[in-house]
Amino acid sequence: MKGYNFAYLDDQTKRMIRRGLLKAVAIPGHQVPFGSREMPLPYGWGTGGIQVTASILGAGDVLKVIDQGADDTTNAVSIRRFFARTAGVATTTATAEATVIQTRHRIPEKQLREDQIIVYQVPQPEPLSRLEPSRIETKRMHGLADYGLMHVKLYEDISRFGQVSISYDYPVMVNERYLMSPSPIPAFDNPKMDMMPALQLFGAGREKRIYAIPPWTRVKSLDFDDHPFRTINAPHPCGLCGATDSYLDEVVTDNHGGRLFVCSDTDHCSERRAAGHVGTDGFQEAAE
Amino acid sequence: MSNELSPGFANPVADAQSCFRAVLDAMARPGRVHAISGVSAPPPLCDAAAAVLLSLIDQETPLWLDPAVAQAHGWIAFHTGALVVEPTEAMFAMALALPDLAAFPDGSDEMPETSATIILQVASLRSGRHFALEGPGLREPRILPIDGLPADFPAIWQRNHGLFPRGIDLILCAGNELTALPRSVTIREA
Ligand SMILES: [Zn+2]
Repeated sequence: MKGYNFAYLDDQTKRMIRRGLLKAVAIPGHQVPFGSREMPLPYGWGTGGIQVTASILGAGDVLKVIDQGADDTTNAVSIRRFFARTAGVATTTATAEATVIQTRHRIPEKQLREDQIIVYQVPQPEPLSRLEPSRIETKRMHGLADYGLMHVKLYEDISRFGQVSISYDYPVMVNERYLMSPSPIPAFDNPKMDMMPALQLFGAGREKRIYAIPPWTRVKSLDFDDHPFRTINAPHPCGLCGATDSYLDEVVTDNHGGRLFVCSDTDHCSERRAAGHVGTDGFQEAAE
Repeated sequence: MSNELSPGFANPVADAQSCFRAVLDAMARPGRVHAISGVSAPPPLCDAAAAVLLSLIDQETPLWLDPAVAQAHGWIAFHTGALVVEPTEAMFAMALALPDLAAFPDGSDEMPETSATIILQVASLRSGRHFALEGPGLREPRILPIDGLPADFPAIWQRNHGLFPRGIDLILCAGNELTALPRSVTIREA
């Protein structure tokens, strides 16, 4: 597009973010400060992720953008169009076809590959922020790997509720050193981060932090020997494709309280349906 | 003077991006070797080292230059605008032989990202002594041949890795090829 830098950001800004990304990769899970720039989209729209994507993207990349698992939300469509216009890159909704996947709040169900990079949009990069408001203090804790505060919080949860009461943004230890926010993905997705073949990059625009997990790196959800971390599968299959192992969203289908549980990952669901899998509510879908 | 200098990247935006992606992938998968293109380096630099300088260095990155790089000083200054500094002030270094790592900033426990990155030009990443790398980014140990490191490199690196999360990161360049050794990786003679 005329008048734009490739992928919007100027060369100097890209170099600054690229240098930060290299340090982030060299120190897995550590939050690296960066000079976040104003972007032509509001902060809630993932300006951190957008800046990371803009700094890594090349003309040969194929970009997928998801929001809560869906490719067709306003947010995902806007970001995809933004890069199609400013970088001229090819875009896709198919997880398998993408070389770069920018995401808000989900990890695709399909196992990512060595030749893919996933970029997470992060609203709050500091996993200790709700327990310790002082940034100076949390930096000190990370420096010393002093995470007693988080363990105490989790253990209090267990003694009060019988389990950890965190269903999103469940804290992880990266490479047995840094406590890290996985961004507000469901705890269901946490195990996908562990030993993932793809490079994982995280961008927080408002908080001006980037961090990373190299491929094949240990990512462990915090837990205790007597209360191991467990994900809970939905008690029913996807209504459209019948999947029993995917993360489901509840969809209201009519004005009479009708509800349907469907895959949050729309590409995963449509790929399964295209392959002939049908859920209990699937015929209705096919008939329309 | 600038008229006598060889040019930078043929396609500055695209070449810088592809060189960066090569370095990013090498840092994420330590020891994986990538070939770069788009630049013909001024002596004594190899093409890969010149490309890394063009991709990452600018007036915001104080740079230490190995005296052996003096011949390319004008080219580096013209194309990057980098301030040339002493090792203790350097964010990056361009070296033709491994310098004393202890002379460079290794960051702090709270800000380990403030350590220096050393771009080290070696003779080859295809032959030479074999090193076994292990750590984040590697599913199994990777064997990397490197020709051009000092005899006691494994011991030097063990000290550097032992500082983690502080420590120096290395970008190795030979001819038109590059790879990286982040501080997170352990290295032994294979
Ligand atoms: Zn489904």
